[in-house]
Amino acid sequence: MNHNHPVFTDNDPQSELVTLNLGPTHPATHGVFQNVLQLDGERIVSGVSTIGYIHRAFEKIAEHRPFYQITPLTDRLNYCSSPINNMGWHMTVEKLLNIQMPKRVDYLRVIIMELSRIADHIICNTIIGQDTGATTTFLYLFQFREHIYEIFEEVCGARLTTNIGRIGGFERDFNDIAFAKIDKFLKEFPKALKEFENLLTRNRIFIDRTAGVAEVTKETALEYSWTGPLLRATGVDYDVRVSDPYSSYQDFDFEVPVGTSGDIYDRYLVRNEEMWQSVRIIEQALVKLKTEPKGIFHADVPEFYLPPKQEVYNNMEALIYHFKIVMGEIDAPKAEVYHAVEGGNGELGFYLINDGGRTPYRLHFRRPSFINYQMFAPMSEGMLLSDAIINMSSMNIIAGELDA
Amino acid sequence: MEETTLNNNILAKLSDKFGEKVTGVSEPYGLLTFATTKDVIINVLSFLKNDLSFNFLTDITAVHYPGKDHGIAVVYHLHNMVEKVRIRIKVFISEQNPTIPTATTVWKGANWMERETYDFFGVKFEGHPDLRRILNMDDLGVHPMLKQYPLEDPNRVDKKDEFFGR
Repeated sequence: MNHNHPVFTDNDPQSELVTLNLGPTHPATHGVFQNVLQLDGERIVSGVSTIGYIHRAFEKIAEHRPFYQITPLTDRLNYCSSPINNMGWHMTVEKLLNIQMPKRVDYLRVIIMELSRIADHIICNTIIGQDTGATTTFLYLFQFREHIYEIFEEVCGARLTTNIGRIGGFERDFNDIAFAKIDKFLKEFPKALKEFENLLTRNRIFIDRTAGVAEVTKETALEYSWTGPLLRATGVDYDVRVSDPYSSYQDFDFEVPVGTSGDIYDRYLVRNEEMWQSVRIIEQALVKLKTEPKGIFHADVPEFYLPPKQEVYNNMEALIYHFKIVMGEIDAPKAEVYHAVEGGNGELGFYLINDGGRTPYRLHFRRPSFINYQMFAPMSEGMLLSDAIINMSSMNIIAGELDA
Repeated sequence: MEETTLNNNILAKLSDKFGEKVTGVSEPYGLLTFATTKDVIINVLSFLKNDLSFNFLTDITAVHYPGKDHGIAVVYHLHNMVEKVRIRIKVFISEQNPTIPTATTVWKGANWMERETYDFFGVKFEGHPDLRRILNMDDLGVHPMLKQYPLEDPNRVDKKDEFFGR
């Protein structure tokens, strides 16, 4: 048997280094990550990351599933913001099929995606607070994630792994309760976020723990293919929503916050500002929705959009389309397509190759957590162990997305 | 329209530099795609990075086409963040001897992407500093994304394509 795992042997009795196995299930790392660290006192001398503990072979499974059955797989990538993954996948297929979406669907999608972005950033930023010793902030803001999940529940019936929407739009229209909940959220969340910022942003202890820790230059970040809030914290204003707009993001007026030094404090500030911008985007979307014709929640593409069950039982065409979609018999062009969306952690890309079969010939997920995380061990060298822990929190590595 | 002119410019510069090594040019959904060979791939990547400012390596992955002469395609996605252009480069390599020079010399971030590609397709990146499996267990013995490895019990008959007219 070939053991490639890092094995640190204590051959040298004079060595004063301690080997620490941080993980796979360590309470401080919020997920299944293993890092074998060599410590000199509290300082990390070297580290090796071992990942793959929750690898579920999604790319292989996706080669054996018709398009609509791949949505639940994407749920389980970054499970803190599943709707972005779902819609990213739907938009990839829509790009392949050349489906033009009605504006109203785009705006509804934007609302859901921005809500998930807020949920994602809430988790990350409150966890940074938690790991630096400020449990209060965690408790203050975390309940709003719950409110966001209630909105998802109203729209699609699920909370965490949402499987929200369909290829071609949404499964059903947003009901009045959903809109009421969104309004309520928009009214209450800014107050709580302000309070959260008051607790942390100018907090001396928090700044001491985070500012200047794990600084990254833009050059290094680009060299390591970082995207998302991590890259923006270093000062690069790259956001897929702006550089490569999808789902009508070009209609919205929002800013892309950037940091300067790429340290943990900057990442925290960038994520906070992004939450404010998301709130702005949702408000604009709600205004825009008023001018759109009511009741449109999917594109008029019966051959690709899964029809409601009621129609399947009573309508011949719907039955035929239902059968074809479920059996993966839709006429999709033989082509390859790359589509990227701005996920909670960065550029979430879908590289889809269709050869005309029932299932994708090949589907590859460009997972931001996976690509961002490779820098964790090298950048930990020379860092204090407790700083490395908050560095990991601020990178917001989601094990599901890391391991696919 | 604008995209096409931009892509044509890039292509012209590439053809000038690498001549016949740039083949199979297509533009699916506006994304310039071409194939090249493994002896010049690093030169192509460096040229794109340094001279055409494709500063960002988006992704490296592979695709398996069993039964073909060069059955494994290593696919690179690059991104020019300033001009907002993406580009896709494919290198077809032999299935029996899947080797290709590593791109870690051009981007450090290629490290894990190449490890993942090695793990799932068995592509050996020559010169890679740490070519180990990354997601699968070390003693798996196979490279599971290759098409010859079935996902489910191969004796199952209810999911065969032939029953669905393919």
